[in-house]
Amino acid sequence: MTATDDQPRTAPAPASAGGPEKANAFVGLSRVMLLGFVRDKGTLFFTLALPLMFLVLFGVLYKGGGTSHVKVAEVGQVKLLDALKDQKDGPLSVLEITTYTDENAALAKVKKGDLDGMVSEGADGRLVLRFSQADQVKAGTVQGIMNSLVQTANQEASHAAPAFTLDASKVEDDSTKPIQYLTPGLLAYAIAMGAVYGASFTLVTWRKKRVLRRLRLAPISAGTIVGARVLISVVVALAQTALFLAVAQLDYFGLKLTGNWWLVIPLVICATLAFMAIGLVTGSLAKSEESANGMNQLIILPMSFLGGAFIPLDFAPGWLQDVSKVLPLRYLINPAKSVLSQGGGIADALPSMGILLAFTAVLCAVAWRFFNWDDA
Amino acid sequence: MTEAITADGIRKRYGDVQAVDGVSLSVRTGEFYGLLGPNGAGKTTTLEILEGIREADEGRVELLGLSPWPRNAKLLPRIGVQFQASAFFNKLTARETIRTFASFYGIGPKAADAMLERVGLTESAGALTDKMSGGQAQRLSIACALVHDPELVFLDEPTTGLDPQARRNLWDLLRDINAEGRTVVLTTHYLDEAEILCDRVSVMDHGKVLRTGAPAALVREIDDTVRIRVESGLLTADRARELLTAAGAVFTNLEDDGVTLALSTDAPGPVLSMLAEQNALRGLEVRGATLEDVFLQLTGREYRA
Repeated sequence: MTATDDQPRTAPAPASAGGPEKANAFVGLSRVMLLGFVRDKGTLFFTLALPLMFLVLFGVLYKGGGTSHVKVAEVGQVKLLDALKDQKDGPLSVLEITTYTDENAALAKVKKGDLDGMVSEGADGRLVLRFSQADQVKAGTVQGIMNSLVQTANQEASHAAPAFTLDASKVEDDSTKPIQYLTPGLLAYAIAMGAVYGASFTLVTWRKKRVLRRLRLAPISAGTIVGARVLISVVVALAQTALFLAVAQLDYFGLKLTGNWWLVIPLVICATLAFMAIGLVTGSLAKSEESANGMNQLIILPMSFLGGAFIPLDFAPGWLQDVSKVLPLRYLINPAKSVLSQGGGIADALPSMGILLAFTAVLCAVAWRFFNWDDA
Repeated sequence: MTEAITADGIRKRYGDVQAVDGVSLSVRTGEFYGLLGPNGAGKTTTLEILEGIREADEGRVELLGLSPWPRNAKLLPRIGVQFQASAFFNKLTARETIRTFASFYGIGPKAADAMLERVGLTESAGALTDKMSGGQAQRLSIACALVHDPELVFLDEPTTGLDPQARRNLWDLLRDINAEGRTVVLTTHYLDEAEILCDRVSVMDHGKVLRTGAPAALVREIDDTVRIRVESGLLTADRARELLTAAGAVFTNLEDDGVTLALSTDAPGPVLSMLAEQNALRGLEVRGATLEDVFLQLTGREYRA
């Protein structure tokens, strides 16, 4: 028997309110939400630990990556290649050359995709290149390199000054690394998780446990409740941002922030509002935490993939990129990438902030349509 | 103002169901008032309309002279509402919970802690609310409803699910609350609770108030049959029937189930003297009608899930 710790009480003490002490409902509610966040291990894991693990994992996997090497077989002796082999930064630096004696064996490897191309020297200085179309990017690269080798050699052989020269340099600074797109992408994913779940679970749990109803009977305004929730979600999002930037800037990962990186702060705030609005919609529609969870994942995961949170979408088909435009995540990832490490400025951030706030307004209107104080 | 609550002809319909069908009631200031009824009788909806959580389709409600609908910020600090015990925030301790509720009314942590002390929860103040026992959770829930010192308190089945000790303990608390001059409105399934605590009760069914009055008056209104029981084996049923008929006693439902010999009568005097003469008083129980009998007579014995 659960003998309660209750003892018969003596004379009732007057339950007097007042006194010199005062308390504030906004502070009280904000505290409740913050404690609810830091004391829930599941929430902490999914909003902080998991995305950070992704960052570390992808950061390690892609480290040193950048451009991957093109593997080419050299069959017999190819003078053109041998002449350039020793140059460290020459056009061959992206090629990984293996010498083969058996042409058929090399050809078989190209067909299988183990090699990207096979080069041999025919009669009359003819350079023979066989390549696999399996990877179009590498096929293009290997053709381009070989072509330019031949052109250069021809031009040198003619002893004439070139009529045109190409002076090419890349727009990114020399530190272009996977961490530059991994950081904004995974940070956006983390913020989406935190803000969507924060809003939707608050709504569902409070409605289910009748806290919403109790709040309605307290003399506090809806603005106080919403304001407290926004404050805590923004605080969580900024903490995520600080943590991600701190980890990404470790020497090991080597993210270098550029001048206007601080623009990521207003971007994160606007994005948090948009994600919270998504959570308000799912929290208004869902009757239980389980169904809210399902709806949230159904939105966050495709939004993250299509928005380029995990993998860059530069090579995705146009229609897929169009789909990502109706989801708010890309309006955080793209400008964040730009302002964090590519020298982007206010002009890169402002339009996206406007779009994120527009998302917020529309989704809030939708949530309002489905909002209920009670289950019944 | 002597009426804390007046409701006049309130109706509420959900689809095909007429949940509340013309309820009128009045609760006097300082009164302990009970709302009784089987499941689905409409008492919860009635309570919600009184509290201002729901709008009535028809009818008029006044609380402390003010209308509770639409949400009235002037009225809210003057009323306290307790829901079932689970209406707490996640992952908070008892102390944090009551301090949070206090903050909604601009009341500081000291007054909140004093209320926790008052309901006897000081020792479990650091416990998370979802780890508390049923009795502790109900006490906390009531403390949260009282923390801003309201004049009018609504309690929705405050003792449901509690063990007998915790129930009695809570009754003391509820009596104290009422003794301080607060008006208390209570819904309950337990008729003994209503009989002990309430000054007046209303019995509801099918969305209507069937009867209102002091519990004792309601009990007296129904026929005052007394049920008399003694141990089995002292007197056979046949012998008892014979003796009673000879003594001119009026009785019904005489039966012996092997454990108890029982009968019902309007005039217990001759029956009791016969049993005394036969020295057959062992295990004697004389039970008059209770609020439960009133309730069952008004609402029927049919089981409704």
